[in-house]
Amino acid sequence: MPVEVRVPTVLRQNAAGQPTITANGSNLAEVFEDVVRQFPLMAGKVVTDDGTLHKFVNVYRNDEDVRYLQRLETTVSDTDVISILPAVAGG
Amino acid sequence: MLRLGPDVHDRMVAHTLDGLPLEACGLLAAVPSTPAGGRSGPEPVLVVATYPCRNAAESAKLYEVHPLDHLRADRDAEDRGLEIVGVYHSHTHTDAYPSPTDVAQAPDPGWHYVIVSLREAEPMVRSYRIVEGTVDEEPVVNDPS
Repeated sequence: MPVEVRVPTVLRQNAAGQPTITANGSNLAEVFEDVVRQFPLMAGKVVTDDGTLHKFVNVYRNDEDVRYLQRLETTVSDTDVISILPAVAGG
Repeated sequence: MLRLGPDVHDRMVAHTLDGLPLEACGLLAAVPSTPAGGRSGPEPVLVVATYPCRNAAESAKLYEVHPLDHLRADRDAEDRGLEIVGVYHSHTHTDAYPSPTDVAQAPDPGWHYVIVSLREAEPMVRSYRIVEGTVDEEPVVNDPS
């Protein structure tokens, strides 16, 4: 089912400049596979080659950080909004 | 150049002082200079909103903008027609210059990286662009208009 995926400014150049993408899947792994299918330059930006969430991004299902849900196994429905934001940290 | 709107400088300094002895951090929002989430154009950005965030690292040497605070700031900025254009954080005992960790972890080359040094009695606010590991300082101007 289609969900809305919000893309942060730093990744929009990899998504044809779009702030939001509509992608299909029943969980986040499938959604991000579809994102990469549509925008191959998104490969490796959210999900690593090992198939885990990249540590330099935070992903949310609506208002929840998916690291505290089921990470890439987190289920989605067509009313959900998936947000990607860069992890902001330093020293 | 980074222009700071009314009270922005004072709000950043007050928040970082409140955070002592730990580092404090927050996000900065500006009116987008180009439509639809575009990048900062030739006009210097004018920061009009600050979003104090929790330091998820809870450290005097490291900061991590709390992910949920970042999400709330991003949503609020969008609702107000603003765009997150940078981050500020404090250095509690060192100069207002990016640390190697700051450079290595800078998430967005389009952002402005503001550091508030609290080493001296008078807080020092400086801003940098960090692109592919290269640090360039930029002037910070208070714009009360």
